[in-house]
Amino acid sequence: MMGAIGTRSRDPREKRPWTFYALASLCGLFLLFLYGPMLVVYLLSFQGPNGGVTFPMVGFSLTWFRDIFEPGQMANIPVAFGRSLALAGVVSLLTIVISVAAGLGFRRPFPGSGVIFYLAVASLVMPSLLVGFGVGLGFQFFDWQPDLFTSALAAQLTWTLPFGLFAMFAVFNRFNRSYEEAATDLGASAWQRLVHVTLPILLPGIIGVGLGAFTLSYDEFARTTLVIGTRNTLPLEIYALVSSSSSPTLFAIGTLTTAVSFLVIGVAITVILRMQRRRAANAQRS
Amino acid sequence: MHNEADTISATGQGQDAVDVRFDVELVAVTKRYGATVAVDRVSLRIPRASYCCLLGPSGCGKTSTLRMIAGHEVVSDGDILIRGSNVTDLPPVRRGTAMMFQNYALFPHLTCIDNVAFSLKMRGTGKAERHARAREFLALVHMQDFADRLPSQLSGGQQQRVALARALITQPRVLLLDEPLSALDPFLRGRVREELKRLQRELGITFIHVTHSQDEAMALADLMVVMDHGHIRQAGPPREVFERPANSFVARFIGGHNILSSGGKAIAVRADRCRLGAAGDGPHMSGRVAAVEYQGTTVRVALETAAGEDASVLLPDNVFFAKPVRPGDAATLVWSDQDAHALAGT
Repeated sequence: MMGAIGTRSRDPREKRPWTFYALASLCGLFLLFLYGPMLVVYLLSFQGPNGGVTFPMVGFSLTWFRDIFEPGQMANIPVAFGRSLALAGVVSLLTIVISVAAGLGFRRPFPGSGVIFYLAVASLVMPSLLVGFGVGLGFQFFDWQPDLFTSALAAQLTWTLPFGLFAMFAVFNRFNRSYEEAATDLGASAWQRLVHVTLPILLPGIIGVGLGAFTLSYDEFARTTLVIGTRNTLPLEIYALVSSSSSPTLFAIGTLTTAVSFLVIGVAITVILRMQRRRAANAQRS
Repeated sequence: MHNEADTISATGQGQDAVDVRFDVELVAVTKRYGATVAVDRVSLRIPRASYCCLLGPSGCGKTSTLRMIAGHEVVSDGDILIRGSNVTDLPPVRRGTAMMFQNYALFPHLTCIDNVAFSLKMRGTGKAERHARAREFLALVHMQDFADRLPSQLSGGQQQRVALARALITQPRVLLLDEPLSALDPFLRGRVREELKRLQRELGITFIHVTHSQDEAMALADLMVVMDHGHIRQAGPPREVFERPANSFVARFIGGHNILSSGGKAIAVRADRCRLGAAGDGPHMSGRVAAVEYQGTTVRVALETAAGEDASVLLPDNVFFAKPVRPGDAATLVWSDQDAHALAGT
């Protein structure tokens, strides 16, 4: 991996212009605007058992978190959470496989490659709700039952695939083809070249695309809502809950899903760092 | 330059009558990218076990030529023979060539030893055996102590040695080097240059080395090939090229020459054979001193002649300081007839 980019520390006698402080405050306000509302939600999710969805806090409890895990009449959060995870897993796996293949294919222009590229771009600006509607209509036309791993999967792929394709183009753009030429020069077949050289070198980028697709799928709403069938994903279940009741349980869900997101990101980063460290450690044992 | 008939006779020979005098033969090799011709009917024969430098400015077709020999670029027209057999349509691995890439292209995820053992792994050689072989080749380039390092933990010079070991382990008949010294600092460049030459002599195989530095080519080459605009402008031993440049392009590119017009014809005179003096019986040209550069053992005096041409004189330092000149001084460039060398057009 590349070493750290050298950062030059500032000489204390070097004065900063007033614009620095003005722009820094603006940036601080922006961050407050980004995180302020969520901080309120996190705080209110610890509302006491007799408290409501607004301030003041009436005591402090984990009641609302307990509430999440008790299947109510309105919503079954744990089951929906499990479905969302499973669906996001499948979506990210398919996105990786297809976009890696497409990335490999698009490196050399072929007749129609430009048209296909722009069609993929254009699909990103299509209104999400209508895409979901179209998928739903298609299923109805063929008299297929909409379900999690059929129509919902298809609707989510219309979103994650173009994204994955773009991200993969960026990954491949930075890939130096001389690695592949060197592999060929050393007698690797096309398959050996892919397995032993191209994919291992691109792995960090591929993991990134997978994580991106995972999070896109995990909180997708607009495309999924019309084609989900009878088994809701987490965002749909939460929406159902919002429209039917208002209690601090909602806030607790918000806090919990945020924690899960940070956990996923944290685990991914830890795994990547440990992989690198082990590689470096192996290398040092000489 | 090689004449056509000479080259064509080589193609007539099949596998059964292998011409062992040459490691590599190019027969009217052409590379076209769309409408542009990068390499235009280039013919060249590289004798056995020689150090050949392809030299020229960027875009002259030297790298395309090398990549066609390696098999990384499709030949648009013509044939490439290695040890007498036609390899034009063979994949790189079956040509008996190995290439060292300009940025070395060491696989960043593999340790040095795994990089060097890569070709053996692709052939299905067992781990113990391929590592033993790889250690031998790392030792050949004095990198045995770095076997378990990753490329990113090595300096540029060390990476280059590993890349060299990785190419040599395939036991090529011809080693192709794409600007191998360009990424190194000037001090290291000199040392690596010596080492490349030593390896080539010891291994007794042909090296084809692409460079844009005439110093490098002159220091290393048995056969120096000067290219421009997809053509070979001159091919021969460095001394022959330097002493008798075929045309003004070669004379200009390899440097150290004044290209002057004398009696309506272009001539080349080596700058170190020119002197500053008074107009006498011999050939001369009057002008003005444009610049003086002290270079240690020599002093270079740049002149602008009355006809508006640029010329320079390389004077030994004691000669210059015995009678120094300064920019703006009037000066006369003198040389002797025997040092003048007639040039063909361009």
